[in-house]
Amino acid sequence: MADALVQVQGLTRYFDVSKPWLNRVIEREPKAYLTAVADVSFDIRRGETFALVGESGSGKSTIAKMIVGLLEPSDGRILFDGQPMTGTDGAAMRKLRRRFQMIFQDPFASLNPRWRVGEIIAEPIRTFGLASGAEMRREVGRLLEVVGLGARDAAKFPHEFSGGQRQRIAIARALSSRPEFIVCDEPTSALDVSVQAQILNLMRDLQDEFGLTYLFISHDLSVVRHMANRIGVLYLGRLAEVADGKRLFTEPRHPYSRMLLDAVPDLEMSGRRRKRVEGEIPNPIDPPPGCAFHPRCPLVADRCRREIPQPVARGDGMAACFAVEEGRG
Amino acid sequence: MGEFIPEDRPNALRRAWDSDLAYSFRTSPVALVSGIVALTIILGAVLAPWVAPHNPFDPATLNLMEGFTPPMEPNAFTGNVFWLGTDNQGRDVFSTILYGARTSLFVGFMAVLFAMVLGITLGLTAGFRGGWVDGLLMRIADVQLTFPSILLALLIFGVARGFIPPALREALAIWVLIVAIGLSDWVQYARVVRGATMVEKNKEYVQAARVIGAHPVKILVRHILPNVMGPVLVIATIGLALAIIAEATLSFLGVGLPPTQPSLGTLIRIGQGFLFSGEWWILAFPAAALLALALSVNLLGDWLRDALNPRLR
Amino acid sequence: MAEPLLSVRDLVVEFPTRRGTLRALDRVSFDIGEGEVLGMVGESGAGKSITGSAIIGLIDRPGRIAGGEIRLRGERIDTLPEDKLRRIRGKRIGMVFQDPLTSLNPLYTVAQQLIETIRTHLDVSEREARERAVALLDQVGIPAARRRIDDYPHHFSGGMRQRVVIALALAAEPELVIADEPTTALDVSVQAQIIDVLRDICADRGAAVMLITHDMGVIAETADRVAVLYAGRMAEIGPVRDVIKAAEHPYTSGLMGSIPTLAQTADRLTQIPGSMPRLDAIPQGCAFNPRCPRVMPHCRTDQPPLTPRAQGRQVACWLYAPAGAAHG
Repeated sequence: MADALVQVQGLTRYFDVSKPWLNRVIEREPKAYLTAVADVSFDIRRGETFALVGESGSGKSTIAKMIVGLLEPSDGRILFDGQPMTGTDGAAMRKLRRRFQMIFQDPFASLNPRWRVGEIIAEPIRTFGLASGAEMRREVGRLLEVVGLGARDAAKFPHEFSGGQRQRIAIARALSSRPEFIVCDEPTSALDVSVQAQILNLMRDLQDEFGLTYLFISHDLSVVRHMANRIGVLYLGRLAEVADGKRLFTEPRHPYSRMLLDAVPDLEMSGRRRKRVEGEIPNPIDPPPGCAFHPRCPLVADRCRREIPQPVARGDGMAACFAVEEGRG
Repeated sequence: MGEFIPEDRPNALRRAWDSDLAYSFRTSPVALVSGIVALTIILGAVLAPWVAPHNPFDPATLNLMEGFTPPMEPNAFTGNVFWLGTDNQGRDVFSTILYGARTSLFVGFMAVLFAMVLGITLGLTAGFRGGWVDGLLMRIADVQLTFPSILLALLIFGVARGFIPPALREALAIWVLIVAIGLSDWVQYARVVRGATMVEKNKEYVQAARVIGAHPVKILVRHILPNVMGPVLVIATIGLALAIIAEATLSFLGVGLPPTQPSLGTLIRIGQGFLFSGEWWILAFPAAALLALALSVNLLGDWLRDALNPRLR
Repeated sequence: MAEPLLSVRDLVVEFPTRRGTLRALDRVSFDIGEGEVLGMVGESGAGKSITGSAIIGLIDRPGRIAGGEIRLRGERIDTLPEDKLRRIRGKRIGMVFQDPLTSLNPLYTVAQQLIETIRTHLDVSEREARERAVALLDQVGIPAARRRIDDYPHHFSGGMRQRVVIALALAAEPELVIADEPTTALDVSVQAQIIDVLRDICADRGAAVMLITHDMGVIAETADRVAVLYAGRMAEIGPVRDVIKAAEHPYTSGLMGSIPTLAQTADRLTQIPGSMPRLDAIPQGCAFNPRCPRVMPHCRTDQPPLTPRAQGRQVACWLYAPAGAAHG
């Protein structure tokens, strides 16, 4: 795809969850691996918000960390603006790094409590040598105003701010290296709803103003519905479905997407009786064979218990499901 | 750095007085009393050359006739009164305590500093790097912990003396002692710092610094170190009391400081020789000073631990 | 109207601190009827969990109940000594907390914990207690309950554990269950299951529920009535449908507008400016006045009283209160 800013190809990540060497020898156990992310591929187009939704163990945060370089992929590759992220070093990597940033979930942990807000926001500016002295101070003040705080707040410490204000500070830090792409890892799940609305609106405004591209990670379908142009649904480390933002909610293809939608509480009080959600997420250390969703799937067939369904292109997205493939859905 | 410090912020004294820590100190009777006791002894020791009535190490001021003067009684020959009496050579016990505490505190502070720098460096490295570096350092720490630290200090002291030429022994004794006590004490700093580092390095503010490619050493020093210093200060305070006692023990056993450079431990060793001949004050007052110093510093450490513990606030 | 099961009147909870006394709850009043599900919503720090803790007498020191009264079937329980209160907790009021791990003792099997709770409060034999325990687990939807009852808590998944906690809360057949964020720690798909279980089993047994949560969706699906707290004060209380569909308090309507939903199509969410004040900086008058789009001059000076409205609704807002009815 010509306008893809980020391309994720066959991304896979294992974690070694073996017991210590001595225990393994004594108990005669082999090494154990957890597959957090398995063979995930998607593109993020310039200027769009691509969302990844999933529950615990879906691998959504692991993918985010690999994209920003906090974790090495075990397999597969990530291209940023056509350049591979793994194996790039030194000055080239430094140039690349300036162009993407991350916003974290917990605004109480993402700001160093011993640093003044100005120092926190200035850290990327200093690290990339973008400005210094009075120019840097002006830039920090401008950023604080962009996110709805005041230039004078630069002198304060993080504990003087509420959760929502801290997330604004984190956003100002993310903007300070003038990036094109921001990975947002559950940016509002630690916030109260009225504050969440402010932050989501702010993120949209900033996207329009600076032409940002977002990877938006969340477990909350309503938030994703509000933010995303396209959505990838993850289940146990694999992409179940990728669909256009509106499409996923009107015509979900994968049975898991349907189940997730059914689980969303009915705030409109439309009186729709939800279908009962069956079962729980299996332990990712010991996932079911075949399609990982088959024990909970209403459309399960024999083939689902043996083979892993491959992504099949459908319209603008894809689905990895035999039932969809065979037209049983 | 420092570009974002506001110009109108209140001065350091005002900020210190308003801090939660200062408030907790002001409202804790134990901390207040311990603080006053410790501060008095420390001030007396630091200012010993100016506040001590005599210089016990200046032979010119010593008068053997004044030996064994009991506390608060005029000397039979000269009529001079000594608050805490004098020892066998006519040295004023009060003055020897001030000078002794000076030595004890110097050794204590330096040993703690040494242990702290070593422990923090190794703890940060182990916690941040993880893997085999962590494994190796922590196994060394485990092995060291199986020995009582005083035995270890004795061993280090003995080995060091074996390498130092006899002519330098006396001059270097105090440094050997500092290294011996410090080396036997780094483990707890390393363990605490390692644990705190492992917690901090996974926090999102460290990840944010890693995303922009900040250098690991910079992350360690500027991000993680300031956030692990709280527990370190607590151990350091209690460690100071322990180091002073360790020094006293070694000196008491005769492997510490020479009599020309007496510490509180040396004074106690000298004093115990006179206990049964009735000159109790030569032992009792240095021992009481040691007790007061170690206890008050220790209680301060306990208070600091509670005051810095957010769950108890 | 019949006597309510639980009646809270003008409840005040205070936390003395170095910089003055913080009022975590300021004259909060509400009733819970027999078998009713009352949702208690609010942002973090609004006082919803403290309300729950106050009812069961478990406020963290140095906090204390500084005023008002709490009655269970007409009997005052806020002034009871600790030993009498302990008999009410567990027996007449069951509790479900956010984190199922902390509510279960990891050292005992589920059977041991259930049987002990049942036998502490009910006069039944060991065997009968066990039968009741199995039946309870069955009801909360634990498959193969008879086999799994002798497992330890760590053998259960998060959702299953929360089911066990619900069973434990209901073991002594309480009249009221206080559930504090029972689904917050769980995955979306499991959340829905737990809400269903909680609602159904309490309905079966006629137990009333006080459901404390920040999630309006959970309230909409579960509660009969909803109480909205803001900065330690009751903003609005009424039947859940009315409050959600046609909120009267400007805070509630702002809150409802700020929640993204699956049906909404607008590009921007309605947002309330600012954030809830900290307890040490609650403004004079109505606590919401600095953020309120319909603020009037006397909102800044006088605290509005909780005013009765149609259909048993109550709103604390000067838009609906008769003039000169200042609270306190």
